[in-house]
Amino acid sequence: MILIKNANIINGSTKDTQKADILIVDDKIEKIAPDIEIENPGLKIIDATGKYVFPSFTDIHCHLREPGFEYKEDIKSGSLSAAAGGFTTICCMPNTNPPIDNRAIVAYVKYRAKEVSPIEVLPVGAITKGLNGEELSEIGFMKQEGIVAISDDGKCVMNANLMRNALLYAKDFSIPVISHCEDTNLSEGGQINLGLVSTVLGLRGIPREAESVIVARDILLAKETKAHLHITHVSTKESIELIRMAKEWGVNVTCDTCPHYISLTEEEVMGFNTNAKVNPPLRTEEDVEALIEAIKDGVIDCIATDHAPHHKDEKNVEFNLAPSGTVGFETAFAVLYTFLVKKKGLDVSKLVELLNINPRRILNLKPNMIEENQKANLVIVDPNREWEVKEEDIVSKSKNSIFLGKKLFSFVETVIYEGKILKKDGEMEC
Amino acid sequence: MKHLLGLRDLSKEEILKILNLAKDMKLILKSETKKTPHLQGYSVVTLFYENSTRTRTSFELAAKFMSANTTSISVATSSVQKGESLLDTVRTLEALKTDVLIVRHSVSGAAHFIAKNCSFSVINAGDGMNEHPTQALLDMFTIRERLGKLEKLKIAIIGDILHSRVARSNIWGLKKFENEVTVYGPRTLLPPFIDKFVNVASSLEEAVCNKDVVIDLRIQLERQKRGLISSKYEYYEFFGLNEDISKFISKDTLIMHPGPVNRGVEISSEIMNLPNCTIEEQVTNGIAVRMAVLYLCTRKEVN
Repeated sequence: MILIKNANIINGSTKDTQKADILIVDDKIEKIAPDIEIENPGLKIIDATGKYVFPSFTDIHCHLREPGFEYKEDIKSGSLSAAAGGFTTICCMPNTNPPIDNRAIVAYVKYRAKEVSPIEVLPVGAITKGLNGEELSEIGFMKQEGIVAISDDGKCVMNANLMRNALLYAKDFSIPVISHCEDTNLSEGGQINLGLVSTVLGLRGIPREAESVIVARDILLAKETKAHLHITHVSTKESIELIRMAKEWGVNVTCDTCPHYISLTEEEVMGFNTNAKVNPPLRTEEDVEALIEAIKDGVIDCIATDHAPHHKDEKNVEFNLAPSGTVGFETAFAVLYTFLVKKKGLDVSKLVELLNINPRRILNLKPNMIEENQKANLVIVDPNREWEVKEEDIVSKSKNSIFLGKKLFSFVETVIYEGKILKKDGEMEC
Repeated sequence: MKHLLGLRDLSKEEILKILNLAKDMKLILKSETKKTPHLQGYSVVTLFYENSTRTRTSFELAAKFMSANTTSISVATSSVQKGESLLDTVRTLEALKTDVLIVRHSVSGAAHFIAKNCSFSVINAGDGMNEHPTQALLDMFTIRERLGKLEKLKIAIIGDILHSRVARSNIWGLKKFENEVTVYGPRTLLPPFIDKFVNVASSLEEAVCNKDVVIDLRIQLERQKRGLISSKYEYYEFFGLNEDISKFISKDTLIMHPGPVNRGVEISSEIMNLPNCTIEEQVTNGIAVRMAVLYLCTRKEVN
C-alpha cells in the first residue's frame, strides 16, 4: 500500500493540474482525493509536495540489443534504464542477431522480458526477413505472438514495391508500419549532416534529402494503401512539411522525433565527438525550430527515445568506424522539460501527450491514466532539480549518451509500475 | 605546442612562429652536413595508413637531420593487418616510449582521436578530408619566401575542394592573414557552405585572373567512378590548368601544387615547367617546415 501525498497530477488530457493524494493498493489506484488519511503498518508514504505526478511513459522506439549484442545492453539492463527514465512500456526494435523476424524470436523476447524485466516490453517485428529488404516476414504469426508494429529500423526498405506490400499486408493485422526513412544511395558513406560542420571537419555528409525523399515516397504509398504509416525519428524541416501536408490530405500517417533532435545541432560533432554520431544525423538550428513548431501544432505525435546503446570501446574509435546511436531513456524527460517547457514555454501537460497518450494510441494500447481503479503506473518528477549527465550515474549498461556533461532541468525521482516501486527518490529499487 | 593537428585551431602567432623557425631550419638544409642535435634522444615514429612518398620521406628526413631516433611503421606489414585497432596501436606506441607520432590516416579526425588517447605529441600528416597542416604551412612558407609577404594576397584554390585536406588547411591558415581566398572546381566537388569561408568563382578564368597565387589540387581518379566527375579528359578541358587557361594567369602568379601531379589531368607539363611554378621548391620547403614543427612539439618549456 502506497500513499502519495500532495501530488500535482497531470494526466495530459486537461491543462489543469489536480492537487490530491493518491492511494495505491496492490497494483491499482484505489483512491484519489485530498488529504487521504490511513492507518496501516505497511503503508509507504511518498511526499510529492512541489512535484509533478504523471502517468508513466511509453516509448515507441528503442533498442534492447538482446539477442545477439548483450555486451551493449540486454533486456534486463535496458528495462532498468527505461524504468530509471520513467518508461514502463517500451517497444524494442528488431535489429538484433538474429533479428526479430519470426514468431520464435518474438516469443523469446517476450519470455525473457517476463523473466527479467520489471516493465512491459513489446517487440516490434521486422518488415522483411533478416532485415534484408527482400521478402516480407511472417507478420501475422509475429502479431499472434505479441508484436505491436513492424519496422526494419536501422535500414530503409529501399524497394518501393515491397514497402507498398508491407503497408497493405500490415493493414490486415491492424498494426502500424514504422518507417526508417533513409535513401541509402544518398546517404552512402555519410557520417554527419551534410552542411557547415561536415565542410569544416571534412567528414562525409548525409544530405537531408536522404530522409525527406523517402518520407515523401512512403506518404504517397500510405495515401494509396490507406495503411497506418508511422515515420520514426524525423529530423528535418522538409520531412515535417511533407508530413504536415500528408495529414492535411488525410493520410493515415503519424510520426515521432527524439529528444536529441529537438535540443542539439550538428555543432555537437565538433571535436569529432562520436557520442554525437546518430542516424539520422543531428541537423541545424532551423530544423530544431521546425521540429519544436511541429510538436506545438501536433504534426509530431510523440517522442521516441531511439535508445541505442553501444559499448564504450565501439565509440572510442576513429569517427568513421563508430556506430551511430545514443542511449536515451534516462535523459528523455529532462531534455524535453528543459528544451520544450523551460525554454519554449510549452505546457507541461503536452509532455504527457508526447510520452504517453499518443504513443499508446499509435500502438493501439490501452490508455494509461492516473485515475481510480486504473493500474498504478506513474512517475513523480521534481521540476526544479538541475543535474549534470554523468557517465557514472547512467543505469544502462552502455554510457554513450549524447548529453554527457550537459546540464538538464527536472528529474524523474520515483517510478511506480503496477503498484511496484521501481525507483524511489532517485534510487533504483528493482 | 604539444600537438599539430590542424591550422583551424592554431593562432596567427603560432603559425608565424613555425614559419620563422622554418626559415632558420632551411639554412641547415643548405649546409653540407645537414645535421643538428635538436632532437637527439627523441623517438619519432611515422605511422602511415595511406600511401605517401613525399610527406613521409620529408618527415623522416626532417627528424633524421635533427638527430632523432626514427622508426617508420608500414601499416601493410604491421599488426593492423592482424586486426589491431588504432587505439591499441597507440597504446603499443606509448609503451614503446614514442615521443612524437607522425600519422596519416584515411579517416577525418583520426589524429585528434590519437591525441585524445595518448601522452606523446601527435603531428597530423593528413587525416581523411579534414586537414594536412604541414602541407599548408609549407605552402605559406613558399608564398612568403617568393612574394616577400603572407598577408592581403589574392589566392585561388582550384579543383576538388570537397575531399581536399590540403584545401581546408590552406583556407584556415591563409584566412588568418587577411588573404582573399577564392575556390573553384566542379560543383560536385565543392562542399556546402564553402562560400561562408571563401569566395567561390563562377568560372576558371575568373578564379585564376589577377591572382597572386594559384594552388592547384590533385584530383583522385576514383572520383570518376563515384559519379562526381565524368572523365579525366573532360576535367582537364574544363577545370584543368591547361594551355587555354594559361593566358589568363600572369607570369607573376605563383602556381603551386601539393603533388603528386596527374600531368594532363589537373595541370599541363608546360605550366609545370614555368619559372613561377613552385612544385619542387614546395617539397624542399616542406622539410624545413617539418623540422620546425618537430622542434616545437618536443620543446617541453614551450609545452
